[in-house]
Amino acid sequence: MKFFRSHVLVSVDPKSLERGAHEVIDALNDELYSQGLIDEVQVLETSRIGDPLRYGPDMMVYPEGVHYTNLSIDDVPFLVQEHFLKGRIVEKFLEKEEKVQDEELGTPTPKELRIVLRNCGKIDPNNIEDYISEEGYLALGKILADYTPEEVVQVILDSGLRGRGGAGFPTGKKWQFARVSQTKTKYVICNADEGDPGAFMNRRILESDPHSVVEGMIIAGYAIGASMGYIYCRAEYPLAVKTMNIAIQQARELGLLGKNILGSSFSFDLEVRMGAGAFVCGEETALMASIEGSRGEPRPRPPFPAVKGLWGQPSNINNVETYATVPIIVLKGAKWYASIGTEKSKGTKTFALAGDVVNTGLIEVPFGTTLREIVYDVGGGIKDGKQLKAVQTGGPMGGCIPTEYIDTPVDYETLSELGSIMGSGGIIIMDEDTCMVDIARFFMEFTQDESCGKCVPCRIGTRRILEILTRICDGNGRDGDIETLEFLSQQIKADSLCGLGQGAPNPVETTLKYFRDEYVAHIYDKKCPAKVCKGLITFSILDGPCTGCTVCARNCPVNAISGERRQTHAIDPDICIRCGICAQVCNFNAISIN
Amino acid sequence: MEKDKIEQAVQSAVDRYDANRAELIPILNDINRSLGYLPREALAEVGQRLKTPPSKVMSVATFYRMLSVEKMGRHVIQFCESAPCHVVGGKAVWDSLRETLEIEAGETTPDGKWTLTTVSCLGICGVGPVMVIDDEVFGSLTPDQIPGILSKFN
Repeated sequence: MKFFRSHVLVSVDPKSLERGAHEVIDALNDELYSQGLIDEVQVLETSRIGDPLRYGPDMMVYPEGVHYTNLSIDDVPFLVQEHFLKGRIVEKFLEKEEKVQDEELGTPTPKELRIVLRNCGKIDPNNIEDYISEEGYLALGKILADYTPEEVVQVILDSGLRGRGGAGFPTGKKWQFARVSQTKTKYVICNADEGDPGAFMNRRILESDPHSVVEGMIIAGYAIGASMGYIYCRAEYPLAVKTMNIAIQQARELGLLGKNILGSSFSFDLEVRMGAGAFVCGEETALMASIEGSRGEPRPRPPFPAVKGLWGQPSNINNVETYATVPIIVLKGAKWYASIGTEKSKGTKTFALAGDVVNTGLIEVPFGTTLREIVYDVGGGIKDGKQLKAVQTGGPMGGCIPTEYIDTPVDYETLSELGSIMGSGGIIIMDEDTCMVDIARFFMEFTQDESCGKCVPCRIGTRRILEILTRICDGNGRDGDIETLEFLSQQIKADSLCGLGQGAPNPVETTLKYFRDEYVAHIYDKKCPAKVCKGLITFSILDGPCTGCTVCARNCPVNAISGERRQTHAIDPDICIRCGICAQVCNFNAISIN
Repeated sequence: MEKDKIEQAVQSAVDRYDANRAELIPILNDINRSLGYLPREALAEVGQRLKTPPSKVMSVATFYRMLSVEKMGRHVIQFCESAPCHVVGGKAVWDSLRETLEIEAGETTPDGKWTLTTVSCLGICGVGPVMVIDDEVFGSLTPDQIPGILSKFN
């Protein structure tokens, strides 16, 4: 066998070939030959190294492990002389380190543990080989070779994995129910539509690690005995739909989807279905109606989907994050997964931090991490040095948690004890300038709008609540409004058909529970303590600080401000529309809001 | 709208999904994209080709936000109405849009240029407030940017 002191691996993927990789290889061999190095340096072909569109043709030189990029035949003589003859690394061909800042997913902080998001931003989502190189589809191979479907269900049961869509139902139990149904046709469905507004972890997983979802779904199909699966994706996520379709196509080409997967007797295929913009379609029965091509209206349960789901057949529905967690549980074992988290909530959860926090974006922490750690250690604290007022979790059906509970360890149980929910993992941080009545009104506006209208408590109840809240924010709150809100909330919760209605009163109930004094101030004192509700605030100009510079008067859109130059100005409250522009433009903090 | 154009749009959408009734939503989505909205004639045509009652087609067409049975403006503005955008100043931007265009949500300007709608979370909350005009996304909006952005469209 011949020994070489150095090996050169040149990328010959299609894009690099287009850009002249073969010509570079020929030139290399020619030059090595003429320099008398041909017996010392071996030139080999390899698949892609870096992103060929950015770097191709490129090559790796060993033993140094140097990555030379964007090569042309003209560069070769110089490169050979410098590197192989003189032994100097040629700086100008080195890979340019481009600092790409990931706006959504920063470097993990010490409190974080990335399991579901482990591949996001690290692999090329449109290249199945990238996923495979990160132990992708190894779990699938493992179960097809060594596990019975019952054993797969047992692994998921033992891991303690719970549905990441919000309700936290044990995933293994769900699979078991679907497994025992004795019918020939069953379906596996991925709910990629339930993201609460602001909870974009599912979009991120679909777009940056699509194969983890595909693999998780195939494993679920094997476990419950299904041969067909659907990914129902929101229409608001066009890129996710595209990425998933590419992933499915690539998996098919490698025989990871389709007939006799990996040579086994198990066959399974996947299809993507796109929604058309309806929040309620995240509810599982509404989602199935939408896949069937109907209005996405929920129906009463039972029968549960595991018994009677899509097209009347037993179906297993999990969300994106749940499926994406399955492969790694199979690979690393149920015991490993169950060792992370709290007693009843195992593993990690992704959260989308938004609002008045320094670091917004996606995070992943073990269950049991406290809200304080999430807000301050991971989120970097409150913006502009302000005070934290409340943490809102669970999306529009969630609740607002006040600062006195900031040391609560987060899991499914603790959040529901506080009147909120886990939801898909949206966390909105609110600072001292937030009016809690206005926030309750805002969420109610959303649910009222998204109510599908099928059942009366939700359709009419949410509207009545919204009317009352709007009245209160406008300064027309009446005695008895708080009691009516409480009564309505109870009724809607108890009598609605699906999770949307049952959860709709949560923002109202939690703000009434923890911030009742703000409701009282709005209704009885006609004041908005956070100075947000326009019907309850007045703008005036302070005599001392005002220099009479006329900036406010010139910027007022309705000409409500009058006054001579260098004289204290005045605002006419009857004309003022409380837009707040004067306060923004004033350089002397002379505008007072009461 | 001309009959030919409608028929053509329906034909290509129905063919694309092999006249599969379960694909009614993607079919309507396709037609909505190519025609800008779903005219009555198109709905009737879809019903016939899929052998589905017109009531069913209508019920689906009116349920989903991204399907419209009303004629839309030349440009459609979708403003994100979700909480993460709201808490970072979305309301002021929304007010600026309404005031600049002098229309409310769901309305079209009299000259047929703009339709103003809201959309639920687009999942790009890191750059809120966010809006989409046709297929173009605008993030980190402030109220004073609105007139400038709108003036780029004709």
